[in-house]
Amino acid sequence: MKMPTLKSVTTEAKLLLIGIPVLLWTLIPVYHLFLFSISPKESAFAGKLWPDHPTLHNFEVVFGQKHYYLSHFWLQLWNSLLIAVTVGMLTLFVATCAAFAISRLKVKGGRTIMNLALFTYFIPAAFLAVPMYKTMGNYGLLNNQWALILAMVTIAAPYSIWVLKQASDKLPYELDEAARMDGATPLQLFRLVYLPLMMPSLVAIGTYALLLAWNEYLYAFLLLSNDRQITLSVALGNFLAADDSPWELLMTVGLIYALPPAAIYYAFKRYMVGGLTAGAVKA
Amino acid sequence: MSTLAIPRVEPALPTGPAKRRLSPWQTWGLILIAPYVLVFLVFVVYPVGYGLWLARHPASYVRLVDDPIFARSVVNTLVFLIVGINLKMLVALLLSGFFVTARTWIKWLSLVFILPWAVPSIPTILSIRFMLNPEWGIINHLIFRFTGADGPNWLNEPSVALAMAILVHIWKSLPFWTLILIAGRLAIPAEMYEAASVDGASGWQKFKFITWPSMQTLYLTSSILSMIWTLGDFNSVYLLTGGGPADLTHVLATLGIRYLRLDQVDLSMASIVCALPLVLPLVYFMMKRLSK
Repeated sequence: MKMPTLKSVTTEAKLLLIGIPVLLWTLIPVYHLFLFSISPKESAFAGKLWPDHPTLHNFEVVFGQKHYYLSHFWLQLWNSLLIAVTVGMLTLFVATCAAFAISRLKVKGGRTIMNLALFTYFIPAAFLAVPMYKTMGNYGLLNNQWALILAMVTIAAPYSIWVLKQASDKLPYELDEAARMDGATPLQLFRLVYLPLMMPSLVAIGTYALLLAWNEYLYAFLLLSNDRQITLSVALGNFLAADDSPWELLMTVGLIYALPPAAIYYAFKRYMVGGLTAGAVKA
Repeated sequence: MSTLAIPRVEPALPTGPAKRRLSPWQTWGLILIAPYVLVFLVFVVYPVGYGLWLARHPASYVRLVDDPIFARSVVNTLVFLIVGINLKMLVALLLSGFFVTARTWIKWLSLVFILPWAVPSIPTILSIRFMLNPEWGIINHLIFRFTGADGPNWLNEPSVALAMAILVHIWKSLPFWTLILIAGRLAIPAEMYEAASVDGASGWQKFKFITWPSMQTLYLTSSILSMIWTLGDFNSVYLLTGGGPADLTHVLATLGIRYLRLDQVDLSMASIVCALPLVLPLVYFMMKRLSK
């Protein structure tokens, strides 16, 4: 009786020896963000691990737009939301149509297009940023939110098409045949059979594209510069421009900006983790 | 979603003799794939072609190679890749073993552990940036409190700053790769371990003869894909160090933006072209893997 107990104690101790550093490593930067948001400036800058007088004053300043850097806070939050939702919907539209055409309608050249899309997916987006910036300049779209929306759809679509095609290939082909026998048109098949069956993947992909757009920084700051056009991510980056940045406000905005995607991620975790791992593990 | 509203009463195909007739299924296939093809032509083919055209002068490459920052960035990128990928994947491999241990608290911990991946990178990178602030940052405050000595000026020493950027990158992407490797471990049938236990195999032997052989392909694929993504990691460097001090911590992903800022678009494009020999073989590998 004695030995197993000792052994199990050492096992637990070993597990804790890994678990505690992992917890600290993960949480410290996030806790630091939270700490700043509830600390008065002096307390945050004095390196306190917990403020003597926690306060919501920073949130008051942010929500009331009572600082030079924050004069368009609500508008920028709205921009982030609007752009993310539009990107999510447009990506879903483009990717679902393409996946249906490639996987179910077996359109000629579909395979080539799938491969081209996949190729685009693997080229890091950071390398396409400068060409995209110059292109949007040529198209006269700089400082127009459509530039960012279209760029993000371009970046999000390849992976979306690929995931939807994989999911779509798994649907039994007899369904299509039965629908054809009954004289369904391709669009009826799409609307009445395909879309309902694909719902889980569609939710996953819509969320993926939405989060990608909400989180984007590089393309957003390249393509948008007007204070009334930019997203919250660019506004956060702009705080860095000054030497005396109000870091406690920056962190408060950062926390507000980080909460929605984190909430969505955890709410859709089942889809996200499942979809993403399926993609990579299969490879 | 506008196509959904298009009337679905498509008349039976006219059996026109002159036109190569497409079945309505093929016709609709072409219509439905058209939006993506359009996006691809307008926002991928044109920009890439235009970019290559901007980078067409050999003189740009001569100036690029003459710029010491370029050579420095290539070295930084290689260090970032070699250290970053190996450290990240090795830790992910070890942690995946930790997270498959059946304990309730480990399940909860795994939920917390995903946080860096779930939150956008800008706020957390900025948070880390301030933690590393030599005067006001919490790390140097703690160092001072415990040792009485001033902590280092973290982001002012190029090699330390680059190391910090690598750590930020790992902090952000470790959860994702750990999840992937957890899935890989869970796919190994438990009976194999049970059988090994019966034969008296040690933990290391189980890893060496069961876990690693079943996971090495996944580990390699993950490393390659992670390499591609790491090459494109703009935020970890740009938001932490801004490429500084003195432009000495740039990597290829941020260098293009530096030249753009300096109004040298041809150098910007040329630097991307120079990164292609590094990227394309990796992309080729992934394409091969996925089309299998």
